[in-house]
Amino acid sequence: MSDELEVLTFDLHGETLALEASIVREIMDMTAITVVPGASALVGGVINFRGKVIPLANLHLAFGMEVGPTTIDSRIVVIELELDGTFTFIGLRTDKVNEVTTLDLTKKEPPPSIGMRWRPEYVKCLVKRGGEFVVLPDLHSIFAVGSHTTGGTLKAVA
Amino acid sequence: MTGNTEAIETFRVEAAELLERIEQGLLDLSRKPGDRALVDEVFRSLHTLKGSGAMFGFDALASFTHHCETAFDKVRKGEVVATPNLVSVVLAAQDHMRTLLGGGAGDDAVGKDLLGRLEREVAIASGSAGPEPADKTEWTILFTLPPNALVNGCNPLALLAEMRELGDCTVIADVSDVPPLDALVANECYVSWRVTLHSDRPRTEIEDVFMFIIDDMKLEIQQAGSKAIEPAASTAVDVPAEVSSPVPASRQAESRSLPKGGESVRVPAERLDELMDRVGELVIAQSRLSQIAAASPDLNLRAVSEDIERLSNELRNTMMVLRMVPVGTLFSRFRRLVHDLARDTGKSIELTTEGEATEVDKTVIERLADPLVHLVRNSIDHGLETPDQRKTAGKPETGQVRLAAQHAGGEVVITITDDGRGIDRGRVRAKAEAQGLIVPNAQLSDQELLQLIFQPGFSTAQTITNLSGRGVGMDVVKRTVEALRGSIDLTSKPGVGSEVSLRIPLTLAIIDGLLVRVGKGRYVIPLSAVEECLELPVEQDMRSRGRSFISLRDSLVPFLRLRELFQTGTEPDRYQKVVVVSTGSERVGLVVDQIIGDHQTVIKAMSKLHEDVAMFSGATILGDGAVALILDIPHLVETGQNQEAQLRKAG
Repeated sequence: MSDELEVLTFDLHGETLALEASIVREIMDMTAITVVPGASALVGGVINFRGKVIPLANLHLAFGMEVGPTTIDSRIVVIELELDGTFTFIGLRTDKVNEVTTLDLTKKEPPPSIGMRWRPEYVKCLVKRGGEFVVLPDLHSIFAVGSHTTGGTLKAVA
Repeated sequence: MTGNTEAIETFRVEAAELLERIEQGLLDLSRKPGDRALVDEVFRSLHTLKGSGAMFGFDALASFTHHCETAFDKVRKGEVVATPNLVSVVLAAQDHMRTLLGGGAGDDAVGKDLLGRLEREVAIASGSAGPEPADKTEWTILFTLPPNALVNGCNPLALLAEMRELGDCTVIADVSDVPPLDALVANECYVSWRVTLHSDRPRTEIEDVFMFIIDDMKLEIQQAGSKAIEPAASTAVDVPAEVSSPVPASRQAESRSLPKGGESVRVPAERLDELMDRVGELVIAQSRLSQIAAASPDLNLRAVSEDIERLSNELRNTMMVLRMVPVGTLFSRFRRLVHDLARDTGKSIELTTEGEATEVDKTVIERLADPLVHLVRNSIDHGLETPDQRKTAGKPETGQVRLAAQHAGGEVVITITDDGRGIDRGRVRAKAEAQGLIVPNAQLSDQELLQLIFQPGFSTAQTITNLSGRGVGMDVVKRTVEALRGSIDLTSKPGVGSEVSLRIPLTLAIIDGLLVRVGKGRYVIPLSAVEECLELPVEQDMRSRGRSFISLRDSLVPFLRLRELFQTGTEPDRYQKVVVVSTGSERVGLVVDQIIGDHQTVIKAMSKLHEDVAMFSGATILGDGAVALILDIPHLVETGQNQEAQLRKAG
């Protein structure tokens, strides 16, 4: 692995998260969301992405954050992820998309064992950038089939 | 032949078809041993297979096939009778050909063994027939090859050599048509031949020498003494009937198997699937257009929109038909299976099929193959008794297995019926208890008891034969059928037989649905499940808080409030509607807020992340670009029942 990683950074409830740019397919404006009754709250809805029906995930819930109201900055980042051997499109609801940038991986740190209210297996690593930390979520463990038993109510309705 | 992989691929496909035809012919032959047409058909296919196999470098296949062809040649000439044993050997040989065709060298020992058996059977069978004495006849054969014959790979010398094998011949080449050197095209054939042949073989055999080119060439065969050949004949006389048609011989054979005639084109299935996707998106785009047009005062726009609507509907219908395949293609492979099973089990079995012309989506056919094989095996292995047992039970010795297909609404129903011993309830119960599927002495209805055999790991066979144990249990059958949005029913009478019926939608790609609104969400109910719609009067709604059923023409229909099931958190509409659906065995009402109308939609599968949501079988994109979910009625009702059970427990 080289020391640099090209990422797309976005905001989630005041935190800055980053996704590997290579898995990002499209950044969409907020669109009509169809709620799937009975689905876990993490992937509580589906959207129409270029004629395909793809799940829309609220990463907020994976990190125990509240889903804020839709604002002028809200975007859906569509990524393509390999799940159980098949490539799946997933829409991620974000509060704001910032930029494509390069992270210096020499400054990365594993998730600390204390002092973090997030589930540690959901965080791949933290990378220091400026005075801030950028969180690289571990999407595979978040979307691992059967793991998202967050349940809860369907507050995430747009 | 290097670099000719495409041609070889084509040969493989055609050879597979030939093998299929040989197999069908042989199976028919085992029932009607004397049928000449069948013998000819098998022989012709073997001959073509040998010929084109050699041409494409499948030497092992060609030389192996040659022996079978020789054997069948003897059958054709009446020297040998097509005994059941002989047919069985050739069937086995046909499997070996398939291996050789696959490119594998094949096991030499297997081939040798088969040929040895073949020889023995031929020897046995020929004893009973005895060659017919035939006098030598003098034939005069005149033939002219088409000018492009050499280009197409025909070798006149080989033809002459083959004719020499039939008997003594004298060959005279007629070179009068050869042009002067400057006008001569080197790779065209200008020569015609006159052959005098002394042979005891029939006329058909002489014609067979020219089998591959007979449609294009000029051929005249005269028997000496019957009629002298007029001198004018040397300018060549057309073959009667087929006047040098430009269709190559193999095509000719193909069109014979398609009685409807017409030309056909082979298209890879993926291209059809791609086309289907495009058509699906076109339908979506078109419905958006028609919404815009409906809102616009522009008459021209509306006219165009209507045209496009009509065209895209027609396109979709055409597309659907393209993907349809008669179910007979699926049934035909069971004849071989039954033939083999009858041999292995020592049971006498007759397979009858019905409704082969019923057309079903190609994907459905492919996915149904394995479950059906399993069901037929089950019927034969577990259902049918041995001839002795059948005699004791007062039944005819030959067991019947019937495969039938028919259309019923938007579904196709495939039934597998046998007249065997039926399912032993006692054993099913004992087995289920032993496996802990049910508590001992549990009260079960007959249907519930029978449904137990669809549980994973369930098998009532006391001894495991080599027929069972392919790793496909009845639970897999059920899962496959349900994945096709179908259902499976089982009825069985002890001592009389069992019947399994599969109800499968005609296509997986498009669904006719009823678009409804529940709260803010829109949902599609498959129209095939819908029986009727009615209004739920407010007073009835209020009254039925405690009991969730309505009276519909003197029968009670329970209903589910989708608003509650989906936890929409919205207020009910003033005029709620009840959509009465049937889940096969029972009727259930679904309370919705509004019925929007019928809607034909392209089904999009739900992603992996939503696999655990059983209430929906898929999703579709509406005219405005929004997504609507398609209800999976059986699972929805099940979820509703569970929810109610929980409520009862809580209350």
